[in-house]
Amino acid sequence: MEKNKISSSFKVVIIGGSAGSLEVLMKVLPRLNRISAFALVIVLHRKNSEDSTLEDLIALKTTIPVKEVEDKTAFLPGFIYVAPSDYHLLFESHNQLSLDTSEKVNYSRPSIDVSFESAAEVYGPLLTGILLSGANSDGTHGLQVIKQQSGTVVIQHPDSAEMPYMPRVALENNSPDFVLNVEELLGYINSIE
Amino acid sequence: MVNDRQLEVLINDVYEYHGFDFSGYSRASLKRRVDRLIQLDNFADFTAFLSKVRTDGTYFKHMVEEITVNVTEMFRDPHFYKVLREDILPLLATKPFIRFWHAGCSTGEEVYSMAILLKEANLLHKSLLYATDINPLVLDTAKKGIFPLRMIKSYSENYMASGGKKDFSHYYTANYGLAKFGEDLSEKMVFSIHNLVSDGSFNEFDLILCRNVLIYFDKDLQERALQLFDDSLSKLGYLALGTKETIKFSSIQDRYEQVQKEKIWKKTK
Repeated sequence: MEKNKISSSFKVVIIGGSAGSLEVLMKVLPRLNRISAFALVIVLHRKNSEDSTLEDLIALKTTIPVKEVEDKTAFLPGFIYVAPSDYHLLFESHNQLSLDTSEKVNYSRPSIDVSFESAAEVYGPLLTGILLSGANSDGTHGLQVIKQQSGTVVIQHPDSAEMPYMPRVALENNSPDFVLNVEELLGYINSIE
Repeated sequence: MVNDRQLEVLINDVYEYHGFDFSGYSRASLKRRVDRLIQLDNFADFTAFLSKVRTDGTYFKHMVEEITVNVTEMFRDPHFYKVLREDILPLLATKPFIRFWHAGCSTGEEVYSMAILLKEANLLHKSLLYATDINPLVLDTAKKGIFPLRMIKSYSENYMASGGKKDFSHYYTANYGLAKFGEDLSEKMVFSIHNLVSDGSFNEFDLILCRNVLIYFDKDLQERALQLFDDSLSKLGYLALGTKETIKFSSIQDRYEQVQKEKIWKKTK
């Protein structure tokens, strides 16, 4: 009963962050170019609540269309996707997103590790994982998996992070392709083709 | 990590050896659950795990229990319960008898939440709450109505956010880190094993709740489950799903009307 695996043919960029990362996004998002070549996924630790404030806030800051993530949402380049609160965000092999309410990972749901690992399995070298500011070690293991699957690893420079703990732990346990401050991060994402 | 091919071998063998069909489960989530289990139970590798699953019936049961996700809470998404309390239950109240089905009820926290709503609306005496799950272990917990006391603070907050006015502690007795909910709540509950993959309709209901279960199924299996719910709903009955689930794009969509912006649909035909 093997499913036909349609090869994933576009790039995926996942930005993961916790405390202090929203500020980075608020600076970067308004100056992002259109992203026709790739899909941008944002996985932030957030208070578990039903409201969609984060999606609204992000949508206000960018001209790139933000797609609401529901179960089995089609995953396409050119859009921003925000992991909903209280669900882990996973990637199916046929360019579809799925959600999972299983146990918290690193005290978090959504967990950055979970999304990094799941996307790395499907998108391999087409995946870039970017880890921002935070006070938790979520994301470190996921970045390792991205590297194993030949993806690109980017970590916010701890000196530029409001909460340097998360990027610092990630740095200590990874050999990132890039360590960038906020301005450089903007330039980096805008250069992805 | 288990790879795609290994996962398909596991699905095939589980069906062949035990008649259990996981082929309609979402692969991304299933893969994580299998990885977790291999780690938790200290298997050297996938092959060792697979051979145990094939040959040891007791272990296979354990696998089914562990592979399904059993995370739940009382009054999960309080606003959903507020809508049930204020908009749905008053409409159901006119019926002489009200039947509920919690499909995939796990350890039962949402069933007890519903019983509390019904009690407060003075409807529990004429209600019947069927609660089903694929996993017998979680049903045992649900029957007892005993939940960890450390969760009660957040449940109590959820209860209040759902429009609850009573002192929440009135519903349970606390003892040794556990909270036991009263039998006055559970006396109208019927628990039984039911598999949404293979079992059929068994009654007609006025409200079916299946929250955060369909997310573990692929589109085809979701379609099957939705058909089953449609077959099991009375005319003008309601179907309630999780906050990120939908009947949009399914074949039953045309017969249903969404209630406000909630994940609640009313059967109109």
